[in-house]
Amino acid sequence: MSVMYILIGCSLLMAIGFLIAFIWFVKSGQMDDVYTPSVRILFDDIENKTTNSNKNEPIKND
Amino acid sequence: MAKITHEQKITCYHCGDDCDHFPIESEGFSFCCVGCKNVFAILSNNNLCDYYNLESNPGTAVRNPVSKTKFNYLDDEQVLSKLIDFNDGHIQKITLFIPVMHCSSCIWLLESLYKLDKGITSSRVNFLKKNLSLTFKSDTTSLRKIVELLSSIGYEPAINLNDVETQVKKSENKRLSYQIGVAGFCFGNIMLISFPEYFGLDEFAKENFSRMFGFLNMILALPVFLFSAQDYFINAIKGLRKNHIGIDVPLALGIFVLFTRSAYEIISHTGIGYFDTLAGLVFFLLIGKWFQQKTFDTLSFERDYKSYFPIAVGVIINKTETSVPVNNLKIGDRIIIRNNELIPADSILMNGDANIDFSFVTGESATVRKVLGEIIYAGGRQIGETIELEVTKKVSQSYLTQLWNSEHFAKENENHIQTFQQTVSRYFTFALVIIALVSAIWWLIFDPSLSLNAFTSVLIIACPCALALSSPFALGTAMRILGRNKFYIKSPEVVEQIAKTKSIVFDKTGTITQSNEAKIEFVGNSLSEKEIQIIASLSKHSVHPLSKKIFSFFYQSKVLPVTNFKEETGKGLQGFVGNDEVKIGSYKFLFSDESVNSDSPDLFTKVYVMINNDLRGYFKIEHSYRKGLTQLILQLKKHFSLYLLSGDNDGDRKNMQEIFGDDAQLFFKQSPMGKLNFIEQLQMQHKHVMMIGDGLNDAGALKASNVGISVSENTSHFSPASDVIMDASVFNNTYRFIQFAKNTTKVIKISFMISLFYNIIGLSFAVQGNLSPLIAAILMPLSSVTVIAFTTIATTLYSKKGGLE
Repeated sequence: MSVMYILIGCSLLMAIGFLIAFIWFVKSGQMDDVYTPSVRILFDDIENKTTNSNKNEPIKND
Repeated sequence: MAKITHEQKITCYHCGDDCDHFPIESEGFSFCCVGCKNVFAILSNNNLCDYYNLESNPGTAVRNPVSKTKFNYLDDEQVLSKLIDFNDGHIQKITLFIPVMHCSSCIWLLESLYKLDKGITSSRVNFLKKNLSLTFKSDTTSLRKIVELLSSIGYEPAINLNDVETQVKKSENKRLSYQIGVAGFCFGNIMLISFPEYFGLDEFAKENFSRMFGFLNMILALPVFLFSAQDYFINAIKGLRKNHIGIDVPLALGIFVLFTRSAYEIISHTGIGYFDTLAGLVFFLLIGKWFQQKTFDTLSFERDYKSYFPIAVGVIINKTETSVPVNNLKIGDRIIIRNNELIPADSILMNGDANIDFSFVTGESATVRKVLGEIIYAGGRQIGETIELEVTKKVSQSYLTQLWNSEHFAKENENHIQTFQQTVSRYFTFALVIIALVSAIWWLIFDPSLSLNAFTSVLIIACPCALALSSPFALGTAMRILGRNKFYIKSPEVVEQIAKTKSIVFDKTGTITQSNEAKIEFVGNSLSEKEIQIIASLSKHSVHPLSKKIFSFFYQSKVLPVTNFKEETGKGLQGFVGNDEVKIGSYKFLFSDESVNSDSPDLFTKVYVMINNDLRGYFKIEHSYRKGLTQLILQLKKHFSLYLLSGDNDGDRKNMQEIFGDDAQLFFKQSPMGKLNFIEQLQMQHKHVMMIGDGLNDAGALKASNVGISVSENTSHFSPASDVIMDASVFNNTYRFIQFAKNTTKVIKISFMISLFYNIIGLSFAVQGNLSPLIAAILMPLSSVTVIAFTTIATTLYSKKGGLE
């Protein structure tokens, strides 16, 4: 039964990991704007297409 | 890249507007104006034509090119330092508000700005807030250049006085997110660990694990108690200091007792505590708080004149034009105002042809002509050529801006609104403390060992979690539903305020009349040049709105002298122009015929014209009243006392009285200050006043009233500070909104009953001193979930019943 101690410890550690991840997301501003990224994700395809066909300078996206 | 042109109707490739008959052709595409063509040229030169592929005709027409000197003030170090968010000498960061942003093409183009200006290292759009965050190298480019670039491609940022004067509040409510995250995490884990206890552990497990589980729970509950629930303690103490017992007091008491009693049980090894209930309680409470925090990002409810005034204006100093921040304007300064620029201070017209649009002030968009030497009040926008003015008052002391110096704008009226929840929780707290004390004393007499147990149990079980949740969820849901119906509310408490409304005060121009011009046409044989002159000359002599409209219809014509002019108010005019006798007015006025009934007042008015006793035809003038006004007033009239405050002359009185009925009181020629005072008078008579207005001249009244609603044609564009911003298109639904607000408060009251019912059940266990952790752990979430489900469902049903989306 002493394996229970380890299991509970593991589950808590995992949960704490998720909590830290959550706090990190909020801190980095992921929750500030929940609309624009959904539009932005569609742009990359078009930009790549243009680069391939026009052989432009590489596009940096930061 | 597909060419999108239609054979029949040519639309602009850039903005989608109709090109009329003379499209401007460039590179095989058609444009409506040079502005649009120029934008296209810039984009195509820089390989940015994907802009047109993401959405068709994504642009905004650039009809009014901005003057070259307009943004010169952005080179001013002082102005710059207030606008820039971050500056280390090489890299600068700024956030700009771009009102025209409207589609995914906009996002794409604005985020590709670095292709147009190599100095820009990053550009990020927040679409909902219409913000563009830029980072740029100040060595290679400057803010002025970037703003000019944005304007040249049709995305002129709105930079105004407000940006300079107040520091933008940066602190997003991240704290609440952290608190919810921590509470949720602890709640879940405590539940998991407590589960074995609910089902009963055998002797072996009890010996080995019970103690460890207890301590683990306590450790997990600590962050909930110390961090997540922090605000409830702070608010409770703040409230008590002000002798004000809100819902926070019983909540804080409950949370505190829950924690200390549980900690005592764990440490003394007498029980397993109620940590699961504690964590769940705080978690639900925080969710409720978050739910009612819905905000409308693109709308601002706090705008005053500063949000519309420019930062700087051109001043002539030593015969050269220099740009000077408006706050530094002195009396006697000569300012230059160009087409589409706002006049920042009361001033006298010195040079040029002034044609002022006062729509910011009055809501009326028809321009007013001013002659040399005339005083022009701040807030007017010049349409036409460049004019020169001499400042007569400082910006902060101008006619309009003075309003903001009045006491209403000085104090933040907090605690002004007493919500239903606050009223109830006061009695609730007293009752709770009395029950707890009585049961403690009772047990002290009969079985002292149970006394403390009963006392704490009462405080724990009666902790008004469900009570605290019903308001946020009902009001939050109502706020979302109203928002979907283009009725945007500043904060949830406003819903209760709307429900209490007894009197409604309307502004006229721009609120119940539309600000765009009324349609007018002449029906009859076409008039000769001379007849037009005659009609225009006669109508110029009257200030009646209809006469004014007829006059502006024939604006270009020359005015002739009129003799024997007579006007019967609300009926018609007559007089001689030269030798011709002219009569303009209602059919009744022209023929003294009582049998003919007037036309239905809601659609249009006919104004007949008779020259030398010959009926020439009539003007068909469509009312500029908002759609459904008559029906709306009919509905409102039955339940509320109605008032009308207008800044205009009383030419419209007859029509207005017809619509509003005889009971309503109509007041004309009201100054902004007069409107404010009128609202105060009504409140002095203990009336709960709702003010519906639109221009900056209503700002004082909107602020003073219990509920200020500003009607706006374009919600992201202009609205004075108010509690509610209503889209003009839903004006006719006003009655439904009030009804819905009333129903929402009804839902809150019923849900209070439900939560009280749960409390009574819980109390019956508690006063007997046998509240087991399991019962607490079941009762608390059960009551919360019931209340949440009931309020959201009931509110939604009421909105359906009330005909809202």
